[in-house]
Amino acid sequence: MSRAVERTELLQLNEVLMLKDKIRSIRRSILDTVNLGGGHLGSSLSCLEIIATLYFLKMRHNPYRPDWEDRDRFILSKGHAAPALYAVLAELKYFPKEELATLRKFNSRLQGHPDLRTPGIDAPSGSLGQGLSIGIGMALAARMRGKRYRVYVLMGDGECDEGQVWESVMMAAHLELKNLVLIIDRNGWQLDGRTEEIKKKVPLMGRLRSFGWEAYTINGHSVEKILEALDYADHSDLPTAIIAHTTKGKGISFLEDTNQGHKVRLDADQYLAALKELDKV
Amino acid sequence: MRIIFGDTLVRLGGRNNDIVVLTADVAKPTNTNKFAETYPDRFLNVGISEQDMVGIAAGLALSGKVPVVAVFASFLMRAWEQIRNTVARADLNVKMVGTHAGLTSADDGSSHQALEDVAVMRVIPRMTVVVPGDRQEIAEATEAIVEHRGPAYLRLGRDEEPKLFEGENVFKLGRAVTVRDGYDVAVFSNGAVTSEVLAAASRSKVSTKVVHVPTVKPLDRDAIVAAARATGVVVCAEEHSVIGGLGGAIAEVLSTEYPVYIRRIGTEDVFGESGSHSDLLRKHGLTADHIGAVLEEVQRRRAHCS
Ligand SMILES: Cc1ncc(C[n+]2csc(CCOP(=O)(O)OP(=O)(O)O)c2C)c(N)n1
Repeated sequence: MSRAVERTELLQLNEVLMLKDKIRSIRRSILDTVNLGGGHLGSSLSCLEIIATLYFLKMRHNPYRPDWEDRDRFILSKGHAAPALYAVLAELKYFPKEELATLRKFNSRLQGHPDLRTPGIDAPSGSLGQGLSIGIGMALAARMRGKRYRVYVLMGDGECDEGQVWESVMMAAHLELKNLVLIIDRNGWQLDGRTEEIKKKVPLMGRLRSFGWEAYTINGHSVEKILEALDYADHSDLPTAIIAHTTKGKGISFLEDTNQGHKVRLDADQYLAALKELDKV
Repeated sequence: MRIIFGDTLVRLGGRNNDIVVLTADVAKPTNTNKFAETYPDRFLNVGISEQDMVGIAAGLALSGKVPVVAVFASFLMRAWEQIRNTVARADLNVKMVGTHAGLTSADDGSSHQALEDVAVMRVIPRMTVVVPGDRQEIAEATEAIVEHRGPAYLRLGRDEEPKLFEGENVFKLGRAVTVRDGYDVAVFSNGAVTSEVLAAASRSKVSTKVVHVPTVKPLDRDAIVAAARATGVVVCAEEHSVIGGLGGAIAEVLSTEYPVYIRRIGTEDVFGESGSHSDLLRKHGLTADHIGAVLEEVQRRRAHCS
């Protein structure tokens, strides 16, 4: 291995370690934010590593110029995970961290679901199943303008129920949009229960591949694996889907892999217990 | 409102084997989970697929079933084209229930707040549109739309409604009820807003006739014209856009049958936002205080005209 390669690998190792540290404090900030304002705690905790890896290690973007034309785009199609996105954007200084305390409050820039009034938000969401279509539009615009930016869409696994998702999966393949990446937060739950009990998603990867996508499965809580998959997608000739296996409520043991935390404000005892756990890690 | 709705569905399900309840991954928030537990073989959760759900309901209706679909009002509108083209055009017996309507999704923000649903449902030919005001009325309205033959939309809001009516037989499809008499101003309202209107009227110096209009379509023309005739000025109030809802429907009727001054209270051609429900009601003038102020304003105008 050449010295240069070794150096970049070391640098990256360092970055990953630093990000893991940051994720610990962001997880804590999500807990506090939802504790004050309410929202979908479990759904936010399952996709934190994905959003954080994108924003800290992958995407080209500029917190001081949220409307920079050449930035990579991120669409939180599962808009109810807004607390995770807001916490990451605040950490990056898109807006002051103190503003997190206003989540869901009257006159706040931090709406219950993503809205363009928040600095750093690239697309509105809240109604499930629409983000990938928006992503196609953005990826297509990049192609039309000869821009090199890439478009990342994060979707829930329950969200894959929507017909529109499969319309756009079909369309992106047809358009051969290799600058489009879909990440599915595969936590196995949706609002009313286990995804496979409500409506079968398996074989999710097979379905995506049969529609003409590159698709693979990763551990969605591993920063290294997420980064590796995203890097891999850079070189694909097809639109890429990353099925990120995650745990709903990740980091708070009594919420983990349950639906209790889908949308919840913890009571005082639970909050303290959760704090303890998050501080311990 | 959702709790009494869920309980009523279970009761109706016991009487009529043909009732099938469908939802789209919101059994818990719509309270249709009670029906699911009681009659699991007559319940279908289609996942997050509102359009498919309405289409399936259409097929069930074409096969003699009485499907009741229940989802958040704002997401039911995603299936508007299916409702128009398949359900209503063929006059199918599908009952559509939109929960969390108006501003009641509060802190979830504008994506979840349905402020246009009455307008876009009302405009569809053959559609019945009902916006009940308290628990008793919800129970009776649910039963009425299920017994009615044809497509119907039932709009529900938050859970902890104030009580509007005493006793039973408070609701009849197509009937408006005068819940307070007065001779200066007539107010037409529905949903939970009627309680705010009553509070305003009881505090006001303006003699106010309050007409509760739970059925927006078909509208009780006679009652509306009679009230307008009795007072000469009209206020409409609803947790909905001022465009196309109850206020719009009343303006349409009165403009030809008894033209009078009409003032509409509701969201003024804007989307909602996050906040507490009471913050949002205050912002959009849907509180007793603001309605009271409007009554006085309208009363002054009336004195002017006559
Ligand atoms: C079109 C639409 N229908 C219904 C909802 C209500 N809803 C909010 S979250 C949710 C479940 C989402 O499940 P999933 O995509 O698996 O995300 P998770 O919360 O499990 O991460 C539902 C049905 C919605 N927001 N949009």
